[in-house]
Formats: sequence, C-alpha cells, structure tokens
Amino acid sequence: MPRTGESFAESSTGRRRALRWWPIALLILLLVAPYSALPIPGVLDGPLGSPGSLQLIALCLVYGALASGYDLLLGRTGLLSFGHALYFATGLYVTDLAMLELRLPFAAAALCGVAGSALLALLLGSVSLRVTGIGFSMVTLAFAQAGSILVQRNPAGLTGGEEGRAAPADRLPSALVGIENTPNLYWIALAYLVLTITVIHWAARSPVGRVWTGIRENERRVEVLGLRPYGFKLLAFVLASGLAGAGGVVYLLLTGGATPQAASSDTTLSLLVMVVLGGSGSRWGPLLGGVLYTWASHRLGDLANSTAVADLPAVLRVPLSQPLFLLGSLFVAVVYLLPGGLAGLPARLRGRVRRVARSLTDAAADARTRT
Amino acid sequence: MNTVILLVCTGLGLGALYFLVASGLSLIFGLMDVLNFAHGALLSVGAYGTWWAGTQVGMGFWWAVGFGTAVGTVAAVLLELLLIRPLYQRPRDQILATVGVGLAIPALLMGVWGADARPFPQPAALAGTVRMLGAIVPVNRFVLIGAAGLVLLGLRLFLGRTRYGLVVRAGVEDRAMVTALGIDVRRAFTLVFALGGAVAALGGALSGLYFGSVHPGQGTSLLIFAFVVVVMGGMGSVTGAAVASVAVGLVQQFANYYTAAGLGDLSVVVLLAVLLLVRPHRGLTGRLA
Repeated sequence: MPRTGESFAESSTGRRRALRWWPIALLILLLVAPYSALPIPGVLDGPLGSPGSLQLIALCLVYGALASGYDLLLGRTGLLSFGHALYFATGLYVTDLAMLELRLPFAAAALCGVAGSALLALLLGSVSLRVTGIGFSMVTLAFAQAGSILVQRNPAGLTGGEEGRAAPADRLPSALVGIENTPNLYWIALAYLVLTITVIHWAARSPVGRVWTGIRENERRVEVLGLRPYGFKLLAFVLASGLAGAGGVVYLLLTGGATPQAASSDTTLSLLVMVVLGGSGSRWGPLLGGVLYTWASHRLGDLANSTAVADLPAVLRVPLSQPLFLLGSLFVAVVYLLPGGLAGLPARLRGRVRRVARSLTDAAADARTRT
Repeated sequence: MNTVILLVCTGLGLGALYFLVASGLSLIFGLMDVLNFAHGALLSVGAYGTWWAGTQVGMGFWWAVGFGTAVGTVAAVLLELLLIRPLYQRPRDQILATVGVGLAIPALLMGVWGADARPFPQPAALAGTVRMLGAIVPVNRFVLIGAAGLVLLGLRLFLGRTRYGLVVRAGVEDRAMVTALGIDVRRAFTLVFALGGAVAALGGALSGLYFGSVHPGQGTSLLIFAFVVVVMGGMGSVTGAAVASVAVGLVQQFANYYTAAGLGDLSVVVLLAVLLLVRPHRGLTGRLA
C-alpha cells in the first residue's frame, strides 16, 4: 500500500521545520568550540580548542564569509567580478596603515578600512558598471590588478612591498594580541561571518534583493519595468565590497599583518572557486565552499610536504605537490560534473532517486497490466 | 631624442607581445563569448615548450619556436575539445572551466621546472643591438614587431579572404543566425581556439626573447594586460586589438620612463577607465576586423 501524498507531505514539513533550526545549533556549537578539547583526527592537527585549530577554523570562517559576500555579486545579481580582492585588500591595508601612519586606535582604523573599501567600490564600480557582461569582468580585473601593482611597488614606503607590513601590537586592544587570545580572534571571525550572512539574507529578501534577482535572470526585462539596473548593481557592488573590507579587518587581526598576496588576482580567483565549489546563488553554498576550500588548501599544503607524496614516482609526485594544480583540477571537475556545486548535490541526488523510483513503479505497473 | 626612439621601439615591442596574446583572446571571445582565462596558460606552455626544445633538447632557436607554437596549438585544441565543447550550452561554466585550467597549468609548470625564472635561449643574431637614428635598440624588439605584423596580416587575410574566415566573422556577428543557416559553428570554434593557441604560444616564445627568461606566472601577468587591450579594442575586433596594443605598450613604456617605475602599469588602467567613460559600449573601434 503506497503512502498517500498527504501524509508524505506532512512528515516532510515536520522534518523541514526541525531542520530550520540547524544554523542556530551549529552557531552554538561554533561558539563553544574554544572550550572544547575534542580531537578531530584527520581534520585538525590539534584538539579543537587549541590555538592552532582555532586559527585555522577562524580563517575558514572568514573565507566562508568572504565567499558569501562575493556571491552577492555573482550568484544573486549575476555580476562576474574579477576584482573583489581589491576591496578585501583595501580594508586590510587601510586599517593597518591608519594605525601605523595616522596612529589611530584600532576601532577608528577599522572604520576607515571598511569605509575606504566602500568608497573605492563606489568610485570604481560606477566606472566598471558602465560596461556590461564580460566587459565588466575584465574592467574589474584591470582595476584590481592596478591595485595589486600599486601595493607591490611600495609607494612612499607605505605598503612595504613584497614584505607587507605587520600590524602594530601597541595599537591593538590587548585582548586581541598574543596566542593566548586566539579564542577572542576566533569569536570575532565568527561574529563577522554571522554579520555577513545576516546582511546578505536580509538584503536578498528586501525589495532591492528582488530587483537583483531580476537583473540576474534578465536585465533587459528589469529595464522594461522602468527600473535602472545600474543603481541596483552599484548598490550590490558597494555592499559586497564593504563586507569584503570588513573581512580584511578581521583578516588583519587573524594574521597580524597585511601582505600583497591579499590584493593579487589569485585571491579573487580563489573566492570564485569557493563560490562555484559550494554552489553559486544558494543560501549556504558559498559559505560551505569557502570553509572547505580554505581547509583543503591548508591540508593540501601538508599533504604536498608529506613523506607519502615524496616517495611517489615523479609522474604522480609533481602534480600532487602543487596545491594550486589540485584545486584548479578540482574546480574544473566541479564545474563539469557538479553544476550547482555542493549545495545542489542533495537536490540532484533526490532527483535521481525519484527518477529511479518512478521507472521502477512504471515497470511494476507495466508488469501488472501484462499479467 | 635617442631615448624617445628607444622607448618607441620598446613600447612597440611590448605592444606586439600584447597583440599576440590579445588577438586570439579577442577572436575567441567575439565568436564564442568565452573569456579564455587559460589563454595565459597557453602562452606559458608555448614559452616553456620553446625553452625546453631550445635548451634541453638542443634544437635551433627557430625550430624551438616552431615546436613551442605547435605544443601550444595542440594544448588549445585539446582544451576546446575536452573542456569547452561539452559545456556548449553553459557559457558561464565555460569561462569558469578555463579559470580552473588557468590555475592548474602554471602550477604544473611550476611543479615540473620550479618557480624561478629560467634563462631563455637567445640566438646570437637576435641578442645584439642596432643603431637607429642614433638610438641603440635591441634587435629582438624588431623581431617581435615583425612577428606581430605578420600575424595581423595573416589573421586579416584569413578572416577576409577564406571561407572559414567568413564563417568566423559571421559567427562573431550573430552566432545563432550562422547556426540556423546550417553551418557547423563548432568546427569554427575549434579552429579559432587552435589559431588563438598558436598565436599565444608564439607570443610566449617571443616573450622569452623580450624578457630574457621564462617563469610560470609570465602568461598570467601578460594576460591581464591583454584583457585591457581586448576591452579597449572593442571585443571581437582584431584590428582594434592591434591599435589598443600599440597604445597600451607605448603608454606603459613612456609613463614608466618619465614618471616613477610602476606608474606605467597604472596609467594603462587609467587609460582604460577614461575610454570607458567616454565610449562605454564600443571600445576604440567597436567593429570586427
């Protein structure tokens, strides 16, 4: 006797209602993580609450938030920006320089960093959004590259060139300095993540968010409705960049300094890989992708240096010892085999199961009619 | 005056390099709507192919350049057949796949030959300098300019005089219409990818000549200026790419010399921004070839 559609729907809504609380549960687990000495072998080197593990998790959370912010452009508004690293690096460098050169206290410097990112985004976004489609991607890339070059050239000794500049310990609140305060930094990273996710979800559900979705689906139709997409796109660009700037501030605290790698196009490409890996445009996909990518790129570095890899024949050893090769190949595989990313995986599996089930019932019905 | 002549020659040489990267990029983009992020990787493949044939195998320089170009062409065809073609219905995923390849190939090159720059074989005939109107100019600048000129001429003849060129030009204008007429645009895609790969690989071989060395990230850093050139030239236009390459190369050299080093790279981006503000939708030419 097959289950009626009604009872099936009822039990599934009940489960869905229970599942709605999982982010809260996960957040509570993440909040208490520093108090735990739980070892997670294979995933983390030390116990959960050790400074090393907390540092890695905090980095994963920051990149998860950055990827979610980047997806505000890519997945929700349909803007493929190749220059997001610029705004992340602006938050990072402006905050650091405001403390070092202007001798501002940390809070004021952090405000400068976020405001600087948003202002730069307003300026450059208003120029790059004059071209649409792939032209926009290339122009953002060009601006970001200019920023990256500027940082590396070390103008007036400000950015420190290749070396970057360390954050001044005397300007930071004492609760944020030193290895014993890693839990505080971890909580800041978590707070940044919660802030980003909240802002994004709130913005995406607002009327403006609906226009963003409209622009993503069909920009021409939005124009026909009498709205100018330009302003909405610029708003998304500035908001995402401001969030990236805030990420730069948290990153500065976590790593204790600003280095030019943050401004490089590799950073933007990594964000892109994270978003696509997790599932662009989905609610939790970019976060998941950011966390997994960051964790994987750290663990892949360990793998590359491990003796197991060193003993392999050269044909296998050379590709395996290059984390970027592995990540690049993984990315191609995800694009090719898993459109929709990891977040789309459950739906795909469900669809496949349903198809198989349907063909089975069809076959059974077929057999019945024949007998 | 001597300095100006030297700067012009060097700027034109650099512009020639940009053109070699950008022309293929522009054609691929114009025809397929694919922004090929692996184009820089193809350039690196060509550069390393030439370096390997020239120093490890011991081929003569021109044979080595031919070898490097061939390797780049094969790599481009494989890329198109294996990765781009299966994603035919998903243009954005095509771009993303090339991003992955663009990350993986330089990493692989780095794994095999190390991250350090490798000195590039310079044949004696090209290593010297010539006096021109009082300025002492390295010969390899003229080799680059000559090669870019030949490529421009060849591409224009191909696009303007051959049947395939006609298909490609028509495809750039309106892909749907060409398909509706029963012409297999996909064969033109592979052809354009092969051509783009060949020219990029040649650019890679000659970039080794220009910089005197090759390193894994060379292609990627040139690619970004090639993007600027493609946008400025009007996407899909080979002639536009040529004009923009010359402009970018000259501006960069002059600004680098007369202001602080590094400002040349920035001034290129400023040039791009100004162009976008003045002519947002058309680039320099806004026309094909």
